[in-house]
Amino acid sequence: MSQLLFFSLSILTILSALVVVFTRKPMYSVLSLIVCFFTIAGHYILLNAQFLAITHVIVYAGAIMVLFLFTVMLLNLNAESDQPKSGKLRIAAMVAAGMLFVTLVASIKSTTLGEFSLPPASDNGFVQHVGQRLFTDYLLPFEISSILFLSAMIGAVVLSKKEKH
Amino acid sequence: MDQTAQLVPINWYLLLSTFLFCIGVMGVLFRRNAIIILMCIELMLNSVNLLLVAFSAYSGNSDGQVFVFFIMVVAAAEVAVGLALLISIYRNIGSTDIDVLNKLKW
Repeated sequence: MSQLLFFSLSILTILSALVVVFTRKPMYSVLSLIVCFFTIAGHYILLNAQFLAITHVIVYAGAIMVLFLFTVMLLNLNAESDQPKSGKLRIAAMVAAGMLFVTLVASIKSTTLGEFSLPPASDNGFVQHVGQRLFTDYLLPFEISSILFLSAMIGAVVLSKKEKH
Repeated sequence: MDQTAQLVPINWYLLLSTFLFCIGVMGVLFRRNAIIILMCIELMLNSVNLLLVAFSAYSGNSDGQVFVFFIMVVAAAEVAVGLALLISIYRNIGSTDIDVLNKLKW
């Protein structure tokens, strides 16, 4: 049952990721990336990481992709504004990515992952556990990330403000 | 708690996130629109997140999930600043084509 779920989610993830790369219209890539993020959230639920699944949907599908959608609509991008690269470059890109995949798969095949073969049933993906780790062991990085957000917010406002000439 | 999650071997998650990462790399090399390239970078970040969550769930240690949380924080900040930069570039040049933005190319 869970293998069936895993396969169907994986096929959806990979198909939507391929649509992101290969479609000509930027709006379709944004929409299929949203589908891809929802299926990744499904994978998180399958892995018993409920907190991250909810956070993933809120942050990625809710915040980041809306930002992308707004930008695509603001810049009025369409298929004509996005000319594809030349054929040689496209083939080179595919060959490079394929060779990276072959290299990574070969390195995965040569490693032994014996200690991870049987996962223990645990509830360490629940809000209670992750929150406890976040507010005890990782309190300082958590607080510093708020400064990162503040600087990113100020940076985005400053960068996108119109310059006076 | 469901025991069904244990039937999927970790190698499948490894292969899936490797494949997603390679799709992201291909997108970065393949497309000319800077916004799509930013989206492909998000895809690569997500494949790494998926792998971190898988290993965290399979080793029974929640450190990996905390790290995924911080990666999400950094990704959100990165997207905000990156899209602001792209809007600024579009306002000045009138395009987000990376072949037009070749002033810093050697």
